[in-house]
Amino acid sequence: MNAAMVGAPDARDFLGIEALLGEEERMIRGVVRDWVRGRVLPEIAQWFERGILPRELAAEIGGLGLFGMHLHGYGCAGTSATAYGVACMELEAGDAGIRSLVSVQGSLAMYAIYRWGSEEQKQAWLPAMARGEAIGCFGLTEPDFGSNPAGMRTTARRVGSDWAIDGTKMWITNGSIAAIAVVWAQTDAGIRGFLVPTTTKGFRAHDIERKLSLRASVTSELILDDCRVPADAVLPEARGLGGPLACLNEARFGIVWGAMGSARSCYETALEYATTRVQFDRPIAGFQLTQEKLVNMLLELNKGTLLAWHLGRMKDAGKLHGAHVSFGKLNNVRAALAIAREARTILGANGVTLEYPVIRHANNLESVLTYEGTSEMHTLILGKAITGLDAFG
Amino acid sequence: MKIVVTVKLVPDPNAEKKIDPTTKRLVRAGVETVLNPYDEYALEAALQLKERVGGDSTVTVFTMGPEALKETLRKALAMGADAAVMLSDAALEGSDVWATAHAMAAGLKKVGFDLLLVGGLTDDGSTGVVPGALAEHLGLALVTNARKIEVGSGSLAIERETDTGYQQVNVGLPAVLTTALTFGEPRYASLKGIMGAKKKPIEVLALADLGLGEAAGGAGSKTELLSFAPPPARGKGQVVEAADGASGAHAIFEFLRAKKLV
Repeated sequence: MNAAMVGAPDARDFLGIEALLGEEERMIRGVVRDWVRGRVLPEIAQWFERGILPRELAAEIGGLGLFGMHLHGYGCAGTSATAYGVACMELEAGDAGIRSLVSVQGSLAMYAIYRWGSEEQKQAWLPAMARGEAIGCFGLTEPDFGSNPAGMRTTARRVGSDWAIDGTKMWITNGSIAAIAVVWAQTDAGIRGFLVPTTTKGFRAHDIERKLSLRASVTSELILDDCRVPADAVLPEARGLGGPLACLNEARFGIVWGAMGSARSCYETALEYATTRVQFDRPIAGFQLTQEKLVNMLLELNKGTLLAWHLGRMKDAGKLHGAHVSFGKLNNVRAALAIAREARTILGANGVTLEYPVIRHANNLESVLTYEGTSEMHTLILGKAITGLDAFG
Repeated sequence: MKIVVTVKLVPDPNAEKKIDPTTKRLVRAGVETVLNPYDEYALEAALQLKERVGGDSTVTVFTMGPEALKETLRKALAMGADAAVMLSDAALEGSDVWATAHAMAAGLKKVGFDLLLVGGLTDDGSTGVVPGALAEHLGLALVTNARKIEVGSGSLAIERETDTGYQQVNVGLPAVLTTALTFGEPRYASLKGIMGAKKKPIEVLALADLGLGEAAGGAGSKTELLSFAPPPARGKGQVVEAADGASGAHAIFEFLRAKKLV
């Protein structure tokens, strides 16, 4: 190939990653991107500022078919995992709060039922959840047990043929808007999962206020006080911590992509700003210090996006290990946060206002850094994977 | 009811457009191809009609264009159209309005329909003449700018938008309609629709399938593009400096009065 025939790289797709998209993935990306552009971007700053997530979004997202999109049957679209990743990237280019709504619904709540539920449970919940008519939440984390869920204090004990669940779950996305809660609890036979309709007596959820991150996302505390559910509320196929961890790996996979959506939005905003903002009689993009920042962002954005693609293809080929997902989450969230902070400096004072998306992404990423496994835990997972030595606890 | 919607595959309206000075045609390389936005409204109207009429109603999209753009046609299938027909032939390149309508009408006759919905305008050529030319070639009545369509038995009651209000028009089927943008926002393709679109048929027709006698494409065209030029750059706007709101408002009022706009 004659080098002269190769066109100059596109600043917005420097490595030509676009060409990796298959037809289906391109169409799905187009739909999600259009929806985010038309529905989310015009209002997200206001939602973030007011700390709200409009309820009607769930039905709209369900109408598009994004909830549980990579699950098969039960009213789900049945796309590839890569297409799900592409959708997460576009959603988070809007806001990580919107992506979290979709992640928790599809990868935590629906996936738990899909993977570990009985046929009756799947029929009862998945179609309504796919349509966005029933929202789900996922109760694993507790006030005193975050990185160490094995120590959870929530218990489920047999009362006749029923189960009585007692305990508190914390930092639960979608908690107060959920119709169904997937609750993990200690039993005589180890950790089990339960489907708890949120109308059940003894179940309460209230929102955690005063967050400065993921403000366009509902975060709640769940209180289960002698909450009685029937025998068939237990997820029959899940035993032990492997049950919830399998779900978390699904959600983390979406974050690997989503983080690059936030990062892309920050990079593109900073690039546009730097080329139009004039100081000392020229665009600040013409200064070496600014160029270094932009190029650092370019490198990490493109490397992280390629990594997401690679993990997506591995997942579709059935070759993705949990440690691979940890690799992706650790790298891409860390990179995205660095990109957001660097972008903030390019925008100067404008970088701290909601007129631009950068500070919103930066603040959101502070949550993304620690939820679904902190960066420290993912570091230890990778450390164990390469040394064979367990450094937890 | 068999509804056919004509769609055109056009360069992304938001992309900067260039014209090749040699061929005098739009440069498509490097520009994403999309469904002509006006046609998406026509498709939305067709899908709504299908949902209302029910039964064995179908929506087929029909396009004329290079086969390489087939992927874009899948979006129409993903939005809910049942089938697609593509008239694609190298000999059609360079068709003007007459040649386009002539070839499309032959294709549409072969496909057959009760109702033909056409977008009012294309984003690239923007002649707005093809709907009328199609109706003429097909020998059918044309109702333009439909904003509301009620289905009767063998006929349609249509509200057509005008500059001052709307007209009520009845038309017997088969007929040709163009839709107004007030008909309703085109729906998003759902993910299930996208996944299902892969299984829907796209039939490709060549000129030989239509038995058209006359020359097609540039050779069959009755007009010739002599030259083209980009629109002139807009002059600088007039900036009104005002000490306060009241004097600013007065200056704007004087400006409008001088132009006899108030």
